[in-house]
Amino acid sequence: MSARLWPWLLVAFFASVPLWIGNQYFLYILTATGIFIIAAISLNLLLGYTGQLSLGHVAFFGIGAYVAALCSLGFDLEFGATTFVFPRQPVWVGFIAAILVTAGFGWLIGRLSFKVRGAYFVIVSISFAQVMRMVALNWVDLTEGPMALNNIPPLSLWIPGEGVVGFFKKEYNYWLVLLLVVLSYVMVERIVRSRVGRAMIALRENESLARSVGVDVTRYLVVATVVSAGMAGAAGALYTHYIRIVDPDVFLFIYTVTMVIMVVTGGKGTLAGPVVGGFIFGALPEVLREVAQPEVQWILYGIAMILIVFFLPQGIVPALANWWAARRPERGAINKHARGDSPARRAKAKSP
Amino acid sequence: MEQFLQHIVNGTILGGTYALLGIGLTLIFGIMRVVNFTHGELYAFGAYMTYLLVQVLELNFFVSLVLATALGVGLGAVIEFVLIRKLRSTDIDTVMLVMIGAWIALQNFWQLMFSGIAKSINHPFPTAPLVFGPISVAPVRLFVIAVAIALLVGFYLLVNRTKLGVAMRASFQDPDVAALMGVNIPLMRTLTFALGSGLAAAAGALLGPIFVVTPTMGDLVALKAFAIVILGGLGNIVGATIGGFVLALVEEFGAGYISSGYRDAMGFLLIIAVLAFKPQGLFAAKERVG
Repeated sequence: MSARLWPWLLVAFFASVPLWIGNQYFLYILTATGIFIIAAISLNLLLGYTGQLSLGHVAFFGIGAYVAALCSLGFDLEFGATTFVFPRQPVWVGFIAAILVTAGFGWLIGRLSFKVRGAYFVIVSISFAQVMRMVALNWVDLTEGPMALNNIPPLSLWIPGEGVVGFFKKEYNYWLVLLLVVLSYVMVERIVRSRVGRAMIALRENESLARSVGVDVTRYLVVATVVSAGMAGAAGALYTHYIRIVDPDVFLFIYTVTMVIMVVTGGKGTLAGPVVGGFIFGALPEVLREVAQPEVQWILYGIAMILIVFFLPQGIVPALANWWAARRPERGAINKHARGDSPARRAKAKSP
Repeated sequence: MEQFLQHIVNGTILGGTYALLGIGLTLIFGIMRVVNFTHGELYAFGAYMTYLLVQVLELNFFVSLVLATALGVGLGAVIEFVLIRKLRSTDIDTVMLVMIGAWIALQNFWQLMFSGIAKSINHPFPTAPLVFGPISVAPVRLFVIAVAIALLVGFYLLVNRTKLGVAMRASFQDPDVAALMGVNIPLMRTLTFALGSGLAAAAGALLGPIFVVTPTMGDLVALKAFAIVILGGLGNIVGATIGGFVLALVEEFGAGYISSGYRDAMGFLLIIAVLAFKPQGLFAAKERVG
């Protein structure tokens, strides 16, 4: 079977799940996992490909969630005597707005990350998420603070013959999320295999060398953060319309940790890594919920993160690929994953 | 004006404990180059140990403070020995991921052990505030600032004026030469991390009786400590002390005159501003981490 075909078979399999699964709760878990996988894919672009550990990633997710919610609910703001009324917008307008606004914040953070690198960038990004959480908590006129924004409409679609259909049904949401997971995956794949992606990887591997051969480091970092932020914002908007309530807790650091652990476990800097990690850590809470308190789950996440770094530093996907390549040396010698799936290295290998 | 003076007093008292947190982290982050996200959890640990010793085991308050700090030193040594020692040759991102794992695990462990309900710690000081003209201060707060200042001065002398302090600094500046001079480098690494952690635990033990003890109390503190260290310049003990007082005053005035809801946001805005405009810190020191 050709290597190009089997990912699509996998997608087709997942698309068929609602037709035979029967269990609505299982479908709910898969949808929520899918939303987190989109967020993890977006984080991977920054963490895996440019090497920037963005620990404020949940800020983009949360901003996307709030922008989508506020646009679809409408809001009004008082500035002294004048009241600014923002009317209710169609859900897709909110969805697009969420992507644009988070991409704008991504641009800001990307500009900043040019000045502030390594440990400092990590601290700035965490601080950014904390500030956003406090704004969401305290700007009660806009966000309702801890009372949360309720009754957010579900996404809807115009279907020929049926008119406008709200996505109240779990299957519709599931298919929509699946579609966006595939879109995000393909988008990141396109980026990392392009010139832009090679520049990002060059910057991760050796920044001074990349600079010296004329890679515009700032520009590519900004591109990466903008795309990554916009995607995380889309995931947040999906989340908002799916759960239909949003409160300041979407900005909790623990959700960033969940995304990071998904990427690191699956394999940072690999395309399949965030998807594999996303499935593991999307399913794990549901398994653990039966047997333990939520604190135990987070303790195990923390320990899992430490163990992965110590014993499987590359992540599951590269480790499996290596194992597979070693088992079938005659065919697996040129396994792309075994080389960290790095287009830069492949390009290097090709050049004379 | 009275309010202004009161804010200064409150900010100064809070600043003492912030400074303790800051110099603890400036040793670990500034000198050892470990991005220590568990610093806030050591602070919570200090507070919870004081709670256990005073409220559950009913030991003497002052003895409990000393014991809680000593336990913090012990936990710091364990963290260094089990996690950080093995990661010496890896890059800074790897260490960060491990420290984040430890942060989440520890924080939720406190929650599991002590439940989410806030605990208060009794202290032997009279509750009636002392009034000096327009300002009033609870006696326990004066005790806290006195202990904090004593620890700050003691620590400054330890690092800058003793042989041990020289050995500590040398171990990170030039480990090879230090080792040739007979310094036990692994021991110095453990010791530095343990002492830095002990200072965080001491800050928690001191603030626990003033505020209440909750499992998530360390959450923001770790980030605030980073703000203080960056503000003061890496590895700069005097800078971190000043940074601690600056952050506390900014928070106090921000809460008093702008909005109390944004109290904790002040520190983060300060970090973002300092890093964006003056990343080497306000008090010189040219180097940076990562």
